[in-house]
Formats: sequence, structure tokens, C-alpha cells
Amino acid sequence: MPAILHPITQITGKAVPVPGANMDTDRIIPARFLKCVTFDELAGKMFYDERFNADGTSKQHPIDAPRHSGATIIIGGENFGCGSSREHAPQAIKRSGIQAVVAESFAEIFFGNSSGIGLPCVCVNAADLAVINAKLAAQPKTEWTLDLQTMQLSDGATSYPIHMPAEPREAFLSGRWDAVTELMSAAARVEELARTLPAPACNSSSPC
Amino acid sequence: MGKTLYQKVWEAHTVGTLPDGRTQLFIATHYVHEVTSPQAFAMLRESGLPVLHPERTFATVDHIIPTDDQREPFTDERAQKMISALRSNCREAGIRLFDLPSGQQGIVHMIGPELGISQPGMTIVCGDSHTATHGAMGAVAMGIGSTQVRDVLATQTLALSPLKVRQVRVEGRLRPGVTAKDVALHIIGKLGAQGGLGYAYEFAGSVVERMDMDGRLTLCNLAIEGAARCGYVNPDETTFAYLKGRPYAPQGADWDAAVARWKSFASDADAVYDDIIHIEADDIEPTVTWGTSPDMSVGISATLPEPSQAGNDEQKRSWQAAYEYMKFTPGEPLKGKKVDVVFIGSCTNGRLQDFRAVAPLLKGRHVAEGVRALAVPGSQMTARMCEDEGIADIFREAGFEWRLPGCSMCLAMNPDKLVGDQLCASTSNRNFKGRQGSPTGRTLLMSPLVAVATAITGRISDPREVFPDTQL
Repeated sequence: MPAILHPITQITGKAVPVPGANMDTDRIIPARFLKCVTFDELAGKMFYDERFNADGTSKQHPIDAPRHSGATIIIGGENFGCGSSREHAPQAIKRSGIQAVVAESFAEIFFGNSSGIGLPCVCVNAADLAVINAKLAAQPKTEWTLDLQTMQLSDGATSYPIHMPAEPREAFLSGRWDAVTELMSAAARVEELARTLPAPACNSSSPC
Repeated sequence: MGKTLYQKVWEAHTVGTLPDGRTQLFIATHYVHEVTSPQAFAMLRESGLPVLHPERTFATVDHIIPTDDQREPFTDERAQKMISALRSNCREAGIRLFDLPSGQQGIVHMIGPELGISQPGMTIVCGDSHTATHGAMGAVAMGIGSTQVRDVLATQTLALSPLKVRQVRVEGRLRPGVTAKDVALHIIGKLGAQGGLGYAYEFAGSVVERMDMDGRLTLCNLAIEGAARCGYVNPDETTFAYLKGRPYAPQGADWDAAVARWKSFASDADAVYDDIIHIEADDIEPTVTWGTSPDMSVGISATLPEPSQAGNDEQKRSWQAAYEYMKFTPGEPLKGKKVDVVFIGSCTNGRLQDFRAVAPLLKGRHVAEGVRALAVPGSQMTARMCEDEGIADIFREAGFEWRLPGCSMCLAMNPDKLVGDQLCASTSNRNFKGRQGSPTGRTLLMSPLVAVATAITGRISDPREVFPDTQL
């Protein structure tokens, strides 16, 4: 498999708020949308029940407000992406045009899933998050620049420090966020472990 | 300086360090199910990659299967397509599938331990957040996404960074009517739904040492609801006794060698933890959630908290939003609230001990008028044992719908769904908005004991009051 590198260093665009602590992946993509064998149908479905009533009418969520149309960055709260491990959540976000998520903190599995599909998740501290949200409310059409090189989120006038652990940041900058090629390069050591670490095997007289 | 089980298992499975600094970790055991694996198999096909070690992956079908009528084709065409995709993917790759006719099908986090596939000292992953459950066997177990499922299928490894380890010590004696579920909800309530971010939880202390395996599985299952990606219990005689004789457990001379090896993974007495939390068993009441996050809970005798008592503005807003969604009022008691549905099951509380513990209480009693009560054993093996022991009949006679194994109304990817804003007393793991299949449905998480007390009275009830003369 050829090693095609896709470095991700900078994301620019409008932002949209998805506020609140513990934004779980059931709310990001309800379970009924998981009845599929591909991720292709998830575009446009992110936060579906947060945005629409059962009869299909709009709940006037910021995502659907014209002032935020075309946004490429989500501004979330604490423990964003908690709950179910469904990769459908970051897939729905990415396939709906979002290129990065900024939040106070992220659930581990969501963070890993997002990194693996090239969707950077960066943290800002609570005080900066409040300022960013206030700016977003006052000037929703602001163009933001999220830079993984300088680790700053900027609206052109002010910059806010962003945080991401060193390893995934390096993976984004080097374009190695899809790890599978790297993982295939240590085959000999993997086979050594496969030989020495016990594999579960059926020991029953009846088939199992 | 001693090491924790987490560190020992991590080191034993380390392949090396990747260029970006992450660890390449060997995965001993991998489970797949129909919801999060088809995308991974498709990615493999696109890249022309084979499954490297099919003997280390095990499959079952759990999320989408109906629990009343499992004759195929299913009424739901999409569900049928998903089970068909799983079958063809497993057949092509040579992966063992515990399919519906196998007699061993069930929720993936039920059958792994039940079959003895999940063993101490292993790294275990599955495209499902409740994989933390398997940590109860003394393993490092965690949920992953579909792209990572592909990584495991293709390379039997993952790119990961190690978590910190927090020891959660539960000391003392649990009061009557308090179960592993209550311990877990209490811990989550105390530390917050985000409290475990960045940590693996080692559950320890005298309460955990005395806890049976089904209780430990419940406890570790809920680690993720407190944001800890892994939860585990050190392997001990209880673990070994549980595993002995199970189909995938080692036998004969292999058994003794395996036990010796398993013991070596337990945390050293002088292990150093990144954090230690002490929980007093005596402080734990039968605990029930009232909101839309698992950390919004109270002891069953308490009244619902005032938003003014919230720790900060963010929590206050979350509570207010939760009250609005749940249609509850601060200051009112939870006890006495009329419920529409009772659901006993899921990878949290669909185990044999869960049904064994409450069956004697149900005997001679009946589900309240107007309440729909579902009992869904988590696996075919558990369902068989419940039939053999007469437990299933007790549930049926009490007016429960005794159903076929699956995830069912925990996440309602099958036909088992709440309707409108029904209030559900549920032994599952998540009270998120819309979780049980209706975008306005309301979930109260609780133990099977509180759930049966509630089923009988039709209102949120304290089992200690409903069953006063019983040794709970």
C-alpha cells in the first residue's frame, strides 16, 4: 500500500457553536442513522435531532442559521463526543463540511476516531472558549484560522492558544494521521508477538 | 517501583514507537459486530488488504437484531443487509461468527467473558465503547472506531498513546439493596461524566475484591460513562474460578500455566498510580439517574437537586436543559414517579446474576397495570440458563415480555423503542436524549433491583420498601 501523506496544518473558515458539556455521540448522530454499511449517507445528518423536530420542522439550531452557513469549524463544550464509540459521529461531522472541532475537552474515543479520519480536534481553555463564543454571537461571519503549526486559533485580530497532544499533532503535520501504512511496517515484530502472546482458542469438546 | 496491570499489559503488547511518538500496540483479542465493522471491511477491500490474523477476531450480531421474532428475512431490510454483510465478511476472512443459530450469539460484551475468550493480561478492542466491560477479566479493553477496526483487521495493531491510571478504591460493605450498578452510578455522579478523561480506572478495594464477576463486568462496563476509556479489576481467584471450564479457557496443564501467567499481570502492591480515589461503600444508596447524562443521579430517597446547587454555570445550564427535557422539577422526589416502560437487559445488566438476583422477588408478584416490562437476556447462553433455572418462567408469569438476546432497547437499533416521551426505568447504560429510540423518550438508569421494584408498583420505587421482608 503506497504511503500517501496528507498533511493538515491550517483550517480557515466560519465557525458554528454547538454548546454544552457532554455532547454525546447519540446527539451528534442518532442510532437510527447507523443502519448502514457505509458512511456515505451521513452527509448533512450531523446533530439531526438537535436541529429538527420529529415532524421535520427546524429547531432553529445555529448550524441551520444563514449567518453560520458554510462553517468549517465547530465550537463545542466540555467532554465533546462522549458516549458511544460510533465513528459515524466524526464521519457525519466531516461529511457535513466541518474540517475541525474546537472544544474545552474531548472524549478519548471520539478524539481518536476524528484524528484517524483527518478531522483535527483541538482544545481551548474555558475562559478563551467563553470569549470565542461571545465573538461568534456578535460577529458570526468572522473568518477564523486554526493553525496546528503555531497552535493558535485566530480571528485576525486576536489569537487564542489551542492544545492537542504532541503525537496526534505530529501525525497531522506530517500527514500520517491515517496510521495503517505505518502500522504495516513492523511486520516481523508483530508476528513475533502473535507467536508468543496466547490467542483465544476453543478447547471444548463441543464446537465453539 | 511496582507497576500497574495497565502498564504491564501495555508493555507486553508494545510493538514499537511510531514516527509521531504513539505506541504501536499489539491487540490480543478483537471483537466485531454488524454496526461498526462493515465500513472497516469495505476499507480493507478498497486497499486490497487481507485480514492478518483472523483467528484473533470474533464476531457476533447484537445491535440490530429483533428480540421477538428472529426469522429471516427481518422486516427491517436495512437490518437484514447489515447481518448479511457481517456474515459474508466473516466467511471471506475466516473469522469465527457466533451467529443466531450458534447457541452462542449475544451482546458482544456478554459472550466474550461467557465463552472465556476474554482473558487476563490481554489487550482487547471492539468497535464499541462498552468494550471497557472486558477489563473485569483483568484485561486492558477499550472501544475503538471503524477506521481503527480496519487497522486491527489489517495489522493486528493500533496506534495509541497510553492513558494515565486512576485507582478507584471502594471500601467497606455495601448496604442491603445496593449493587455494582449503584456503585458505578455513584462513582460517575461523584467524579462527573467527564471525570475520567485521560484515565484508565483500576477498580479495587474490599468491595470490588468481594464482588462476583458479573458485578465486576457491570462496574467496568460503566467506566466509559465516567469518561474512562478502560476500566479493569486485577485478576484474582474469583476471575480464575469464573474462567475455569469455559469453552475458550485453557485446560489441563495449560490451565495452571495460564493462571500463573495471568497472576503476573496483576498490579504490584507498590504500583504507582497517577491518582487514587476513595469511595465509602456506606455512602452508596440505590442510585437512579434523573437527567440526560449518567452523572445526573441521586440516591433513591433524595429529592432532585436545585440548579443553584450546581458546581458551576455550565453544569447549571446542563441541569436546566435536562429538567426541561425530562419534564421534572427541581426539589421533587424521584421516588413515586409513574413509569411507562421497564427494561431489564443490555451489556450492563443483562447477565445471569442480574436475573438470578431479582427472580425470587418477582415470584408471586405482577407487573403493574399499564406498564410495559421487557426482560432481555444478553446472550443465548444466559437465556438458556435462565430457562433451565426457571427464571424465565418467573419473569413471564410476572407479566414481563421475556425476549430473545440482543442490545434491544438500550440503543433501540432494533424494533424495541420508546414511543413519544415515555418514561423508561432502564438497567442500561445511557440516559442520553433520544437514546432509547424516541427523540423525546426519557430514560432513568438504575439497577435491576430498583427496576423490578418499579415494575411491580408502576412507580420509581425503593426495593428496600417494596420487598421489606426480603434479604436483599
